[in-house]
Amino acid sequence: MLDFFMGHYAYWFTMILLAIGLYGMLIKKNLVKKTIGLSIFQAGVILFFVSVAMKWGATVPVKADGLPVSEVSNYMNALPHTLMLTAIVVGVATLGVAYALIIKIYNRYGTLDEEELLDKIQ
Amino acid sequence: MTGSNIPALIPATYILFAILIPVIGLWRSEITRALALLGSGIATFLSALGFINYIQSGEVIRYYFGGWMPPIGIEFVYDGLAAFIVLVINAIAFLVLIHSKEISKLEFPGRKMPYYTISMLMMLGFNGMVLTGDLFNLYVFLEISSLSSYALIAIGSKRAPYSAFRYLIIGTVGGSLYLLGVGFLYTVTGTLNIIDMHAMLPQVIGHSAVVGALILMVIGVGVKAALFPLHGWLPDSYTFASSTSSALIAPIGTKVAAYILLRVMLFLFGVELIDAQLPVTTIVGIFAGVGILYGSIMAIAQSELKKMLAYSSISQIGYIIMGISLANPFGFIGAVLHVLNHALMKALLFLVSGSLRTKEGHSLITKFDNSYRKKYPWTMVAFTTAAISMVGLPPLAGFFSKWYLALGTIENSNWMLLAVILISSLLNAVYFFRILEKVYLNNPDAEEADDAEAVSPQNNEVGFSMMFPMAVMAIGLLVVGIFNAYIVNVIFTMFPAGF
Repeated sequence: MLDFFMGHYAYWFTMILLAIGLYGMLIKKNLVKKTIGLSIFQAGVILFFVSVAMKWGATVPVKADGLPVSEVSNYMNALPHTLMLTAIVVGVATLGVAYALIIKIYNRYGTLDEEELLDKIQ
Repeated sequence: MTGSNIPALIPATYILFAILIPVIGLWRSEITRALALLGSGIATFLSALGFINYIQSGEVIRYYFGGWMPPIGIEFVYDGLAAFIVLVINAIAFLVLIHSKEISKLEFPGRKMPYYTISMLMMLGFNGMVLTGDLFNLYVFLEISSLSSYALIAIGSKRAPYSAFRYLIIGTVGGSLYLLGVGFLYTVTGTLNIIDMHAMLPQVIGHSAVVGALILMVIGVGVKAALFPLHGWLPDSYTFASSTSSALIAPIGTKVAAYILLRVMLFLFGVELIDAQLPVTTIVGIFAGVGILYGSIMAIAQSELKKMLAYSSISQIGYIIMGISLANPFGFIGAVLHVLNHALMKALLFLVSGSLRTKEGHSLITKFDNSYRKKYPWTMVAFTTAAISMVGLPPLAGFFSKWYLALGTIENSNWMLLAVILISSLLNAVYFFRILEKVYLNNPDAEEADDAEAVSPQNNEVGFSMMFPMAVMAIGLLVVGIFNAYIVNVIFTMFPAGF
């Protein structure tokens, strides 16, 4: 049992991050805190990809004729890390749009608290 | 120009104009609409060319970016289904952009340049989602289209930014869940290419990560498609956005997401593997059926035309997803045909509500009366065509997709979903005929009173830029209905393996 937890601790960490992110988005009333929850959620997914591709004692994945490619496990897989560079950029853009909308909402209603907002909208 | 470059040229056109419009719009904002029309016109022309090429030769174009062969490189797969969907969404976008002339003056004056730039970016994302053959590339295009649609929805009434923010939160969670699902699949197969992964999945189908990935991807894409329990963002977003934004997003956005669901369920997993560990198709079918009824009933309860259309969208997207979940040839034909039909019908209905908003300043159903048929005779004809097609009366397009869906449910002996189709057609009739009744049927007492005191309403028909796209779509509904046998023959060549 303990091995199961210790052997997969990176995944448990990811799950906890996803849960914190969902909690922030569902329970918190402030729109900025919701956005922070969103950011944590995305970070959870990004860290999942990064931890999946991690190997101990592996070397750079350079394909050359002189290098022996006998053991695949001796090479890092750089692809998930590269994908996550793109995902981080997507996350930054999402945050940008979210904060632009938050500024717009604050200018119109003068509050960022969801319950007050709903009261003012009605 | 050879046909083999068409898949790359379509998104390239949009990205070129997404850059050109802000640059030129800085000193000449009045020609931004002409540029946007040019951009989407070129893209429509290219996709029509590609589709004709497909019908004549039947060949699938696989475009390798940078010359890298898949699975290492990224490819665009321009098969029959992608060619068809790309043509539909580009043609609809072109028509809606023609219609946007008056609304953009009225609802967001002075902000035309950002509007047209963002709509070009959104179309880039949607075209990329349809064309790409790579799961991670699909995520990137999904986020491009989503971010642009958040911005488009935020243009509009006072409440629009708040509904856009809610959509942003829900939509980004959906996108992230999809990405997590892709990650699960990548860890067990080591590839991101859809065709390559389809070939590898039979070896790993017993792995629990594959089930998790399927569930995550269906939920993630389901959020974007507004599948029933995940539809919460849709009604407010469509209602409070500017009329031209909702006319652009409603017919295209959810259809493309449903298309991704089709790709994942029937092309990536395939008919044999989709139900290997969980009865995914049955579960999705149940949710689609509940969504159809829920959307129709909620639409009856609405007193605002745009909100009614938004709920009706939830119900109609249920038809498409139901057709996918049947996983048989008739269901597939019904789903693909309904993508075309619903795109035409819903775009037309949103354009009518936009035209009414321009002329009357509102689109409240309670204020509709029989003066509308004198003031806007042709707009109302277009509305009636779309409404009858939504209900599903035979000469119009809407009947045929429902017919194939019904055949699909019979083939699977799924009597519950057959009942859902029939009941929801009746519910559609209820919420559209109450408007037609207000517009076309006279209350005799009221008319005498009207004749006595009020001046008879003048013909106040909308201008050419609004009439033209509505007329094309209304005629399109009739043409698609009459010539549906030809379209179905083409759809026969698009079947995934295993049918």
